[in-house]
Amino acid sequence: MKKIRIRKGVYCDSVRLLLLSREMGDLDGVDRAMAAMATPTNLEILGQLGWSLEEIGDVAENDLLAAVDAADERTLDAAFQWLETRLKERVSGTGKGYHPRTLRTAVADAPSANLVQISIPGAYAFREAKRALMNDKHVMLFSDNVSIEEEVALKDLAGDRGLLLMGPDCGTAIINGVCLGFANVVPRGPVGIVAASGTGAQEISVLLARGGIGVSQLIGTGGRDLSRKVAGRAMRLGLRALAADPETEVMVLVSKPPEPEVAERILTDAASCAKPVIVNFLGENPDRITRGNVRGAGNLEEAAQLAIQAAGRRAISLGEGGVPALVEQERSRLKPGQRFLRGLFVGGTLADEAMLLLKTELGTLYSNSPVPGCTLLVDSSVSRGHTVLDLGADEFTVGRAHPMIDPTLRNFRIVEEAMDSEVAVLLLDVVLGYGSHADPAGATAGAVEEARGMARKDDRDLVVVASVCGTEGDPQNLDEQEQKLRDVGVRVFASNAQACRFCRELLRSGHAEDS
Amino acid sequence: MQRILDLFSQDLSVINLGLEGFGDALTDQGVDVVQMDWRPPAGGDRDLMKILDQMEE
Amino acid sequence: MGEIEEANRKAMDILLQAKPVLKGIGVAGKDIPGMTKTTILHAGPPIEWERMCGPMRGAVMGALLYERMASSLEEAEELAASGDITYEPCHHHQTVGPMAGIVSASMPVWIVENETHGNRAYCTLNEGLGKVLRYGGLGDEVIQRLRWMEGTLAPALARALELHGDIDLRTLIAQALEMGDEGHNRNRAGTSLLIRTLAPHIASVAESPAVASEVLGFLAANDHFFLNLTMPAAKCSLDPIADIPGSTVVSAMSRNGTEFGIRVSGLGGRWFTAPAPEVDGLYFPGYTADDANPDIGDSVICETAGFGGFAMASAPAIVQFVGGSVDLAVNSTREMYEITLAEHPFYRVPVLDFRGTPTGIDVRRVVETMIPPVINTGIAHKDPGVGQVGAGLVKPPMTCFEDALRAFADERSS
Repeated sequence: MKKIRIRKGVYCDSVRLLLLSREMGDLDGVDRAMAAMATPTNLEILGQLGWSLEEIGDVAENDLLAAVDAADERTLDAAFQWLETRLKERVSGTGKGYHPRTLRTAVADAPSANLVQISIPGAYAFREAKRALMNDKHVMLFSDNVSIEEEVALKDLAGDRGLLLMGPDCGTAIINGVCLGFANVVPRGPVGIVAASGTGAQEISVLLARGGIGVSQLIGTGGRDLSRKVAGRAMRLGLRALAADPETEVMVLVSKPPEPEVAERILTDAASCAKPVIVNFLGENPDRITRGNVRGAGNLEEAAQLAIQAAGRRAISLGEGGVPALVEQERSRLKPGQRFLRGLFVGGTLADEAMLLLKTELGTLYSNSPVPGCTLLVDSSVSRGHTVLDLGADEFTVGRAHPMIDPTLRNFRIVEEAMDSEVAVLLLDVVLGYGSHADPAGATAGAVEEARGMARKDDRDLVVVASVCGTEGDPQNLDEQEQKLRDVGVRVFASNAQACRFCRELLRSGHAEDS
Repeated sequence: MQRILDLFSQDLSVINLGLEGFGDALTDQGVDVVQMDWRPPAGGDRDLMKILDQMEE
Repeated sequence: MGEIEEANRKAMDILLQAKPVLKGIGVAGKDIPGMTKTTILHAGPPIEWERMCGPMRGAVMGALLYERMASSLEEAEELAASGDITYEPCHHHQTVGPMAGIVSASMPVWIVENETHGNRAYCTLNEGLGKVLRYGGLGDEVIQRLRWMEGTLAPALARALELHGDIDLRTLIAQALEMGDEGHNRNRAGTSLLIRTLAPHIASVAESPAVASEVLGFLAANDHFFLNLTMPAAKCSLDPIADIPGSTVVSAMSRNGTEFGIRVSGLGGRWFTAPAPEVDGLYFPGYTADDANPDIGDSVICETAGFGGFAMASAPAIVQFVGGSVDLAVNSTREMYEITLAEHPFYRVPVLDFRGTPTGIDVRRVVETMIPPVINTGIAHKDPGVGQVGAGLVKPPMTCFEDALRAFADERSS
């Protein structure tokens, strides 16, 4: 049935009416519909399309016609009602939601922007990072898979222009108190950090915060900066910047073991600074580093403690009291024959630190990414003996997010290790902060419960030890995260070094009993 | 280097090119962020990219 | 390095300084350079009768009837295909035409001059909506209207213009953009401004009040009357950059209903073409996408000069053709800044804080971003003789821009 309704004196843009006509025609049960101003042309069209014009009486051009052809009266009414509602709607908006497609436009739209953060696929990263630098913007380059030649070219360009280039493959930075990438919320303070390792920098900044002292700047360099080809370009520039920064009183440098000649050049630079410099080249003998104002640190925790002392504060105890009693308590969970450690790490530097702290005590220690003195685990999908895994290594992250974001892989591995009857202890790191999973402890706790359940079926139990790298200011809430772990029987420590020492004690005494 | 020291004394203002999560984290911290809608240049066509680079502005 | 930038700076200086002014009304056969009695100009890149789409064929036949070179449709079709008619793109004769863009010798044409550069552009007078020649509309009413335009409308307008003097189109377009037009598919404000300017003079020059009423009534009934002035305004602004060695600025875009084509300043007169795309739009009651001809017309010269779809934010009502919101209109314009080299110093967008419209399409930027220029357009019925069936937005084929970029690179390396 066909019906026309008139709205007197309602103006509506003709284009809008076309649109409404089309939508109204698409309503359920409506065969055809037309909303139009009552012009002679429109009336003629309506007549031709078979609507009766007699019933509508006198109309003028500023009256609105709604013509509907529908199956029944109810559908007709619904269609007219729909049109009424739509006519009252306001269309609004000012295009605030525009996202620039090119850096050129972004820079034009936000001339006051001072830093460009880049996390696109590595194949395109060089091009964009170069453009950012050419536009006088500092750069945080999160992307990896940038060639070493491109890295050198970018770092030289940044150096020439006096700009900060953090990366490629830089996961962590804190600039002016703002966390970039994976970083923890720490107070601002006198310690400036230049780091070639992301989780190493996170651990140190967190331990400083726990020790009551803040960070002026945390500059990331990317993991390859201290290689022979890149020659510490970014670390040396960062060191110079922090040396000149009035807010920075103490500097901390952290890296995996550098190329010897690169290390020497950096240490020479550091020794010529007027400020104390604490250096942790993971695995390097601290005595070979220490000179003048430069102090070597054996691990991340020690680096933080030395920095606190150098800043004139007393090192605060991180609460490691009563370990022997705790070791006894945890050891009572184990049966004879449970003797191996499996370290499952999301932080690469934390895995390295664990290997360095454990290798002497445990004898043969396997890893997918071994430090000197440890053994390569050829098939990283199956652990053997004592094993420490860096689950953030390329072999595990191809085609999936980093385990700090996606806990699936580690959770799977936690349960798998628990099925091995010779496993005594699982050693984990839980990293909080911006960039990380929203509830890493919750995700881990679930896997730990499942792992324990598997072991119990086999009439065993497990010791689970974790360090939590996080602060009260982090979005995940440190207290809640630690509690979630304790609730499932995880022994929680404030630093990776402490957690490692605890495992060392546990396995040492266990070993003693076996023999 | 003066530019780096200048940066240390300014409010951070960021153009985020890539993962939106990183941009959101900055917004949460009260930082001005322009989130880009980045896509591979020339739709990822290597030959066209090469030509464009040769004709770079 | 530097060469292209230098060439583009030169091109943009010329384009942005263009001052299109309406000088008067002439006759195609007399005023358009290179025009003969047997020449028919058409929209878009070059095309022969055999490959012309329905609406363009219809318009050609209509023009032959109008010129009295044929007395029936059959005769017209025979003549059109005979080889006795010379078909040339409007663009090759300083001319532009909406939709089919057919221009024959007797048609009155607007004469628009770029006063900065001294070059001219021509365009026929807009016939109004419904059954009209530019959409391939055929029938007595179409021919009668064309004759009335030649015999009554054009002389009245010409005398009124003489009395008034030249009209600064740059200012008129700038004003229209601030009143809700974008100068291509929405010309309600521009047409009103033109009528306001000419009405007193039309009243005083018309032979009788009845003629004045007829002329003014015709103008008032046609929102698009001003389109045929924005187009030659754009054309004469762009022609001076048609051949600047080294420049990557797009100097023309156009469609003949079969192909979409572009020209690039540094590549001179070469057309880079691809099959004409379909239009995404709204259809008038009774029509669907099945009735539509692929994209057609020279009117995309507006976008090439920095308004039309590029000034969409000025005319939010337009996006409703594709079911869009005001945000879409604003973002469409903002996106065009990604592919253009400058902001127009005279054409401004109120909602963007009076920022200049995005002007000067750089073929490099189009290919780099893969953002196609946004074009507003009408939709012609695919069969000759029917007319307009809708309106909407169209995206030009990317291959035109890619091919032009490759040709540019080849030219530079040789």
